[in-house]
Amino acid sequence: MAEVLVYVDHVDGAVRKPTLELLTLARRLGEPVALALGAGAADTAAALAEHGATRVLTHDAAEYADYLVVPKVDALQAAYEAVSPAAVLVPSSAEGKEIAARLAVRVGSGVITDATDLQAGEQGPVATQSAFAASFTTTTRVSKGTPVITVKPNSAPVESAPAAGTVEALAVSFSEQATGTKVTARTPRASTGRPDLTEAAIVVSGGRGVNGAENFGIIEALADSLGAAVGASRAAVDAGWYPHSNQVGQTGKSVSPQLYIANGISGAIQHRAGMQTSKTIVAVNKDAEAPIFDLVDYGVVGDLFDVVPQLTEEVNTRKG
Amino acid sequence: MSLRIVVTVKYVPDATGDRHFAEDLTVDRDDVDGLLSELDEYAVEQALQIADEADDAEITVLTVGPEDAKDALRKALSMGADKAVHVEDDDLHGTDIVGTSLVLAKAIEKAGFDLVVCGMASTDGTAGVVPALLAERLGVPQVTLLSEVSVEDGVVKGRRDGDTASEQVEASLPAVVSVTDQSGEARYPSFKGIMAAKKKPVESWDLSDLGLEADEVGLAGAWTVVDAAAERPARSAGTIVKDEGEGGKQLAEFLAGQKFI
Repeated sequence: MAEVLVYVDHVDGAVRKPTLELLTLARRLGEPVALALGAGAADTAAALAEHGATRVLTHDAAEYADYLVVPKVDALQAAYEAVSPAAVLVPSSAEGKEIAARLAVRVGSGVITDATDLQAGEQGPVATQSAFAASFTTTTRVSKGTPVITVKPNSAPVESAPAAGTVEALAVSFSEQATGTKVTARTPRASTGRPDLTEAAIVVSGGRGVNGAENFGIIEALADSLGAAVGASRAAVDAGWYPHSNQVGQTGKSVSPQLYIANGISGAIQHRAGMQTSKTIVAVNKDAEAPIFDLVDYGVVGDLFDVVPQLTEEVNTRKG
Repeated sequence: MSLRIVVTVKYVPDATGDRHFAEDLTVDRDDVDGLLSELDEYAVEQALQIADEADDAEITVLTVGPEDAKDALRKALSMGADKAVHVEDDDLHGTDIVGTSLVLAKAIEKAGFDLVVCGMASTDGTAGVVPALLAERLGVPQVTLLSEVSVEDGVVKGRRDGDTASEQVEASLPAVVSVTDQSGEARYPSFKGIMAAKKKPVESWDLSDLGLEADEVGLAGAWTVVDAAAERPARSAGTIVKDEGEGGKQLAEFLAGQKFI
């Protein structure tokens, strides 16, 4: 059976959820072979095996942390040459897309980014993508070379499918370009204790209507009652009320949770681009004419300062 | 010595218009007005600021696209870029990401560069990989997704805000940079800038100027094929209630019914 190379996104050996989803998709196309790089790479093996990786290729070197992107491209290329896969799947993070695209050009292949689903087809994998702020759905194939595809978080279920997960050390020699861009300092993001925005099953967002950084506490309280991540519209981020890392929309993060709750967000096209594929959409807004109400499964026309705390209290009561 | 900056820009359909696909499943450009991609305005702005700090710099703004794409170049020139290059060829219709990066790389090499500045992504395709591909093809460092950027003594430095960390990065020129919408508000063209832009040179290059063959680009030469494009079905009308004191409780009831609580 053909092998499918899966690039592993992990933090010190803890595999991030989008990679486990990739393994589900990879099994539709062949036998998943995972590639884990950097500190803790070998520690990923158990989780990867549990979710279907037949082999786990690992390599650690200082270059992965000290230089930007290219060392990882060199390693993915080495794995590609060692495995000769039928397809290469990479998580659709900003860095993942850059790594995937550079590999594709190196090996003479096409690249598809931000797939939201993947199926085996007669002429190779068929990827589903969203276009024009998720107002269209397209199906796309790579027509030259080995398909290199990046997949968005929440595109497939995480499924247990135990496999051998044999750990093998990968030999990597770095290219001249590998040390081109030096990382001179790194400040890890302070953990909020909340789920990661792109991975969360529920996202609670605030926008212009939140009207001040000090009021984001009520958005956070609702998020915490539901075990949700907190998002913000561009208007709220540009006003300095919430960090850019939490921005949902065209120039921020694209999210596709089971439930999206928009509070005080009008629903401009740029915001819709980042959340329109959410399964269930709920909005609270004073303005009954706000375009967000065209998208909702349930909307409350009202003052978020009344509705959101009442909802939070009710959720907490029901959870008992 | 003059710092040669090339800014890549894209002419995109206005996102507030009714965007759709043409029969050949390429982006329909006829029915919606085009404009300079908003995210590329940030690239022009950062290039202008870098040029201001340099002793001597020249900014060339570059686009690949149909006749109308000149509008995007004019906007960048009116903001303050010095000259423009328009790569235009009927055979480019339907070129995909890999092909676009090939055409841009050839044009950048022909123009000559010390620094390439790009926006973080286009506002239509939104893939965000062209800057990395240009670095790959040009064989120079990629210094991408910067929310702060500066150039001094032949070194470009910046801040890259990633998912798990914020990084300070640096590379020697020549290099490819991309900047995010956090890099600083783009300036509006002044009346003087708009008048001056009319006199600035816009060169037109076609595939033969770049040493490329028609079958390396365009729909037929693309590395990817779009098999189908379907408009997303409109969401069925949701329930909308007016808060009369119980809105939060009603919403909780809905969420409980959907098993979210």
